[in-house]
Amino acid sequence: MSAMVAAAPPLTRPTRGAIVIDDVVKIYDPDGAAVMAVDHCSLEIEAGEICMIVGPSGCGKTTLLNAIAGFHEITSGRILLDGEVLCSSEKPKADPGSDRIVVFQNGALFPWKTNLDNVAFGPLMQGQLNKSDALEKARGMMADAGLAGVEHNFPGEVSSGMRRRVEIVRALMNDPKVLLLDEPYRALDSLTKSVMHEALLEIYYKNKVTIFFITHDLEEAIFLGHKVAIMTTRPCKPKKILEVDIPHPRDYSVLTSKHFRELMEETNEAVHEEALKAFAAGEKEG
Amino acid sequence: MSGEPGETRLAESIVDIRGRKRDGHVQGINLTLYRLLQWSRSPRPYLMLIGFALFLGFWYLSVEVWKLPRFREMPGITDVIKEWLSPNPTYGLSLYTEEYYQHIGVSVWRVTQAFFLATVLGVPFGLFLGWSKKFKEYVFPVFETLRPIPILAWVPLAIVMFIASESAVIYLTFLASFFATALNTMLGVESIDESYVRAANCLGASKSQVFRHVIVPGALPFIFTGLQISIGVSWFSLVAAEMVSGQYGLGYVINTSYTMVRYPTIVIGMITLGAVGYVTSAMVRLVGDYLMQWRTRELALGGQ
Repeated sequence: MSAMVAAAPPLTRPTRGAIVIDDVVKIYDPDGAAVMAVDHCSLEIEAGEICMIVGPSGCGKTTLLNAIAGFHEITSGRILLDGEVLCSSEKPKADPGSDRIVVFQNGALFPWKTNLDNVAFGPLMQGQLNKSDALEKARGMMADAGLAGVEHNFPGEVSSGMRRRVEIVRALMNDPKVLLLDEPYRALDSLTKSVMHEALLEIYYKNKVTIFFITHDLEEAIFLGHKVAIMTTRPCKPKKILEVDIPHPRDYSVLTSKHFRELMEETNEAVHEEALKAFAAGEKEG
Repeated sequence: MSGEPGETRLAESIVDIRGRKRDGHVQGINLTLYRLLQWSRSPRPYLMLIGFALFLGFWYLSVEVWKLPRFREMPGITDVIKEWLSPNPTYGLSLYTEEYYQHIGVSVWRVTQAFFLATVLGVPFGLFLGWSKKFKEYVFPVFETLRPIPILAWVPLAIVMFIASESAVIYLTFLASFFATALNTMLGVESIDESYVRAANCLGASKSQVFRHVIVPGALPFIFTGLQISIGVSWFSLVAAEMVSGQYGLGYVINTSYTMVRYPTIVIGMITLGAVGYVTSAMVRLVGDYLMQWRTRELALGGQ
């Protein structure tokens, strides 16, 4: 382990959005045979950190995300956000809330609302802003994210890369502490992906939220993350945690640097091992 | 506006009834008109006409020229058209008789009432079936037992239940429509991707807001499929009901013409039913297109 010391971030980190995953266990029991999806998993994510969760398909990463978001119960352990307990053995399911917003794998912009109405949705539902203020704020945030011009289109009319950006802006409208991204770029081609990575970093530099990002793409993980957690395949727990000491802001030239390659080499074997295990176990992708 | 100047003028000359303009796009009722205009410029209307011409030509040839077995027992197209267009029809019913429109009017009014009732009751019922697991557990098995019972099997009971034959006819018509609407609405709710509900929860929507902003619009495509089926089966069951009881209506015309050996009138009644049914169905589709512009546009982008 050569890269243990995280470089001092060049940009001031926010003071909120620290996540502590403490000894979390999740057991599914779909058919009488208990399946352990998450096995005594502990992980600390600092406020304003980009934490990348890497693991083979079906390893239980999404289970972890669902527990943080409040979609699923945990069996034991606890998860804290800024010191407050989200869920624990006493209260196995967290309440979903706008402080932790999920960007879904296949995208979940409402296709029946225009992009602008989608972005304005959160504050309107919560009654934070009235309609015209919400729309104005949404317009401003979309313009900042380079989305001026597609406000009045429906999501189905714009490219999938564009849709992802709209979805991230919709989340940021609520000033969340944490963004939970579940392989958001999985379905994109690699060229679009590289554009999306830089766009995400740009949005991050402006907003500085904590990002919990699930992926199975190691290159993506090292390029984006402050921290890369490589997970074991089912049951899921951290196998290796890499602190990426490449200073932010990063751009695509990083990818060809010698140091980036070194980091890739250092972690590639761990990822490959788990992928082989997952393949042998015949895990369903999901 | 995309497209040629002619379309621009058309789109602008019609008042945007939703009262807001969305930059660069044809909206609302204009979108429907725009698509209609596109259709009229494509070769598709001609194909449609050729289809009709082939069908009518076959009718003429098989009955009157070739006199094919079975077909020759049918009224020929010339008899039917002569009767239909005659100011003094032999059997008493043509485009020139007031009675013809009375029958159409009565049937349309009955279908309208039944369809309206079935929609107003069936859509909320289906939404709750899909929305509440508990409600479904109680109600759905009963629903599924009643649904396959053919409308004709309901006729005796309907006559016993409603003294007035008019209400009995509307009840029977309503029943079939209701089942189609409710079932499709329920399937619509169940088809909604869980992610949409989760996303709404993340964004702070309450349960009732999720219902209004996610469940209802998300189920809309299925609801309108249901309404298309519903308007179809309502005509189907209306005619069945009118044949059994009632004194007016197109089903009644067909049935009495049979007993009184007025064969061309039977065909006039049938064709009229087909045409009126087509129009009502198209109207439901237009309303659906208008309410689901997001979908119309997505389909349009897919080249449909």
